[in-house]
Amino acid sequence: MFLINCPFCGERDQSEFSSGGEAHIVRPKQPTELSDDEWAEYLFMRKNIKGIQFERWNHVHGCRKWFNVVRDTSNDKILSVYKMGEKPPVNYK
Amino acid sequence: MPNYRIHKTEYIDETKRVSFKYDGKTYFGYEGDTLASALLANGIHLVGRSFKYHRPRGIVSCGAEEPNAICQIGSKKDLTEPNVRATELELYEGLEASSQNCWPNVKFDIGGINNFISPLIPAGFYYKTFMWPKSFWKKVYEPLIRLSAGLGKSPTEPDPDIYDHKYVHYDVLVIGGGVSGIIAAKMAAKNNFKTLLVDDKKILGGSTIYQNNESIKIDDKLSSEWLKNEIQEIKKLSNLSIKTRTSIAAYHGYNFLLAKENLTDHLPEEKKENKIRQRLWKIRAKKVVIATGSIERPLVFNNNDRPGILLSNSINKYLDYYGVTCGENIILFTNNDSAYETSISLHKKGIKNIIVDLRKSASSELIKQAESLGIKIYFNHVVTNTFGYRKINSLEIMKLSEDGNTTVGNKIKLSCDCLGMSGGWTPMVHMHTQSGGKLDFRDEDQVFLPKENSEDQISVGSCNGDFDLENIIDKTVNKINKFLDIDNQDYQDTNIICSKENDKRNIWLLPNKIPLGKTKCFIDFQNDSTAKDIKLALKEGFRSIEHVKRYTTTGMATDQGKLSNMHALGIIADTAGVKMGTLGTTTFRPPFTPLTFGTLVGRNVGKFFEVVRKTSMHEWHVKNNAEFENVGQWKRPWYYPKNGENMHDAVQRESKAARDSAGILDASTLGKIDIQGSDASEFLNRVYTNAWSKLAIGKCRYGLMLNEDGMVYDDGVTTRISENHYLMTTTTGGAANVLSKLEDYLQTEWPELDVYLTSVTDHYSTASICGPNSKKILNKLFPNLDLSDENFPHMSFKEDKLENINCRIMRISFTGEQSYEINIESKYGHSLWKMCIEAGKEFNLTPYGTETMHLLRAEKGFIIVGQDTDGTMTPSDLQMDWIVSKKKFDFIGKRSLYRSDTVREDRKQLVGLLTDDPKEILEEGAQIVSNVKSKPIDMLGHVTSSYFSPNLNKSIALAVVRSGKTMKGQKLIIPMENKNINVTVSDTIFLDKENKRLNA
Repeated sequence: MFLINCPFCGERDQSEFSSGGEAHIVRPKQPTELSDDEWAEYLFMRKNIKGIQFERWNHVHGCRKWFNVVRDTSNDKILSVYKMGEKPPVNYK
Repeated sequence: MPNYRIHKTEYIDETKRVSFKYDGKTYFGYEGDTLASALLANGIHLVGRSFKYHRPRGIVSCGAEEPNAICQIGSKKDLTEPNVRATELELYEGLEASSQNCWPNVKFDIGGINNFISPLIPAGFYYKTFMWPKSFWKKVYEPLIRLSAGLGKSPTEPDPDIYDHKYVHYDVLVIGGGVSGIIAAKMAAKNNFKTLLVDDKKILGGSTIYQNNESIKIDDKLSSEWLKNEIQEIKKLSNLSIKTRTSIAAYHGYNFLLAKENLTDHLPEEKKENKIRQRLWKIRAKKVVIATGSIERPLVFNNNDRPGILLSNSINKYLDYYGVTCGENIILFTNNDSAYETSISLHKKGIKNIIVDLRKSASSELIKQAESLGIKIYFNHVVTNTFGYRKINSLEIMKLSEDGNTTVGNKIKLSCDCLGMSGGWTPMVHMHTQSGGKLDFRDEDQVFLPKENSEDQISVGSCNGDFDLENIIDKTVNKINKFLDIDNQDYQDTNIICSKENDKRNIWLLPNKIPLGKTKCFIDFQNDSTAKDIKLALKEGFRSIEHVKRYTTTGMATDQGKLSNMHALGIIADTAGVKMGTLGTTTFRPPFTPLTFGTLVGRNVGKFFEVVRKTSMHEWHVKNNAEFENVGQWKRPWYYPKNGENMHDAVQRESKAARDSAGILDASTLGKIDIQGSDASEFLNRVYTNAWSKLAIGKCRYGLMLNEDGMVYDDGVTTRISENHYLMTTTTGGAANVLSKLEDYLQTEWPELDVYLTSVTDHYSTASICGPNSKKILNKLFPNLDLSDENFPHMSFKEDKLENINCRIMRISFTGEQSYEINIESKYGHSLWKMCIEAGKEFNLTPYGTETMHLLRAEKGFIIVGQDTDGTMTPSDLQMDWIVSKKKFDFIGKRSLYRSDTVREDRKQLVGLLTDDPKEILEEGAQIVSNVKSKPIDMLGHVTSSYFSPNLNKSIALAVVRSGKTMKGQKLIIPMENKNINVTVSDTIFLDKENKRLNA
């Protein structure tokens, strides 16, 4: 079970959090302008990486804040956490 | 009665005699015994029958790896426990144990016939045999297999014992209290690490604690004496906690470990009462030291499973720790030096023994010592067969050929009453691999070892493949210094003298003149798989160790192959001609030893199993005979039966009363979200499908919320309380998810919006009064409030006081009747309810539950999200196009409403159904077809809601049907088990299409 360093509360047990899938998928500003394929790309298509993955997590049984996590899915190590709206750390690609 | 307890030891308290029952007979042991040591002291080896062939089996080991001595403990229906390892169960006064898997008893077992028909039941027997005829599976084969499957008997009544969970955090966790674990714990604790040391035994010290060989010394003392001093010392360390009788069950990522502590299993019945039986420790440690040691390997030869055949080191422990000898004429069969320690120990206690050693020769201190004591050693010999049914009485040995592939010369027959076997040692890498660690293979002694250790985990001692004492201590000290980044000098000058093993020879499957097919060389004692089975699996084409394991069931018993997995791998490697290291191992899964369900569940049983939410009116509902329905965690009144009514009659009465005069519903459980901020209107515009900007203050509006995929997610009425203040209601079950979803959008997509969300579901209680007389009842409660349709029309909101307490009153309706929802602070909810009931008495105000609510809304064709929708329905599918704004630029899910799939005309759409026979009530979930003769039958949809309407005096139903919107008036069929029901597609609104009743 992970230990997640909530950027607002500090290190907490994974059972306090819920995962929200891939991070940095921005909701299109003008969905009506998009073709079915483009909208489907936003709506359905997600990466499933072995290696370094950017994820959204929510401290749902805590401060209820959403934030981003960089996790290596091959060993489950969390490499970095950062707040919503912040740019991902540059050393992870 | 024979007595095999031949000398006193400090671990057995001979002043405390303990009586216990085994298979109904009373025996005696002493405090400090395990069930196994007490049985052996009484000369009992035969403790069970094997799983498949029902062969007599005896105690093999002295620990967690025991495959045979598993017992049923106790006989009470609620407390009996199967598969308890006698080698780990501490003896207590009044213990009742019995052997398993035998009938009528362990000495004469009918199932023993399987042993003689064993050529007929090879590996994969079940898969090969029970294939045909097909119809036999369910009626004949499965019940038969089930009858013979399983080892012990489960308790049949709820477990009355108390279990507990506890979380702890440590700097360093040390697993295993043997010599390396003790050193690691001492070094950590003395250098200011908050340390926890756990060990599964009653006392610390591992196998060194009873070591008494003169050739193994530390600082001029016997290693056991030296270790006892160390234990005394660490007990004084203030930042070291020690937990004995505690075994690590699982090692998860991020150094999160589960440990089970036995608190009362060793106590007599009367002392167990009202105490916590077992505690599950949930441990987070910054660093973990694994010092779990190793277990001795058996050897694989013909008939290696008879009672009286044990692991050599276990014979040593029974002798030196428990004072019990396993026989009086013992043979030790070995491929390494450790059996010599046992031999010397036995010799010193006057027990005659000889050694059969696979190796051509060997030289070390131990071997010299044995030779000088005159112990007979057969080098380069192998045991080829054993004899004796209920206990071994003799065996045959033969000389090994030069290459070890075959036997040569004549058979030598030796008599004995006990055989010790030692095939070397297997490091316990379970914890390392459970945590995600990989393994390396060391060819020299054929062991898998922890590969790299991460910065927060390390393996030390024999679980790391360091076997002799000097090696163990030196390496442990160095590694711990490095691991903890400390410079501990405590062991700098420790002087260790020990015997060094120089010679190795390993043969996984020992050679024999008898063809393999006629031998019984057991690999997995508990599941009865033999070398022959493994070879058969390979012959039939299985290659992966994971497949061979499942086909032969090797390693799949309650002991999880602790003794068998390495031999299976070795034989596969030898047969397939590959290197063992390249095969990999099967997965080491938690738990290490079986856990009771009670330990896993802890306190979350009975009423603590799940959180129950009750409204503040709950007590009234209980007093008034309500039947309850679970909605999420809420207990909601379902219906209120009167005078022995059944559910149907109660619901008919409640529904009629609500439409004829007045009904009252506890609507407190609906989700309520308080929305404030200068962008609140804009926010609602984005989350609901309809427009919100123009909603006047004091007005209410129904909203439909979609997922981004365009499917209906939730619905509810939202009220504008002031310019920048709204109160949203959600479905009862959806409340928490809706709040999470809204927060997600606010925080991640629209952080620019000035909006604040607060869940106020629990803050307000809600009484909903509906029916033609509702206005009159409201007037009695709020005499100063102008209830005229002009001042307080449908879909509007007023505030007033009830005896000085503020109330929010919404005139909204889920029944189609004129209806008022009164919201009050929860602490006044019960009073509000009682005042409503009092005021409504003269109008036959009838409390109704969720079932009547569902019926009343169905009459009006109002959907219930989650009942009439299932996450695949768009607003258009629900014939609710009217609620989707065409003007709004965007809202959640808008773009998806015109994806090619969502605009399909043949989607399943919501319709009404009327049965041709108005008395016929459809079953919810029933399939709908148009033609029962076509094959396959084309299924058009299913019934989502169905009721008998007392107000219309006929059956009504809602359903989703393919292209349903265009089918009005069409005849369809609901095929049921015994009949076909004819129905006609109708409008979804069955009652008061003109909404006249809202203002009646």
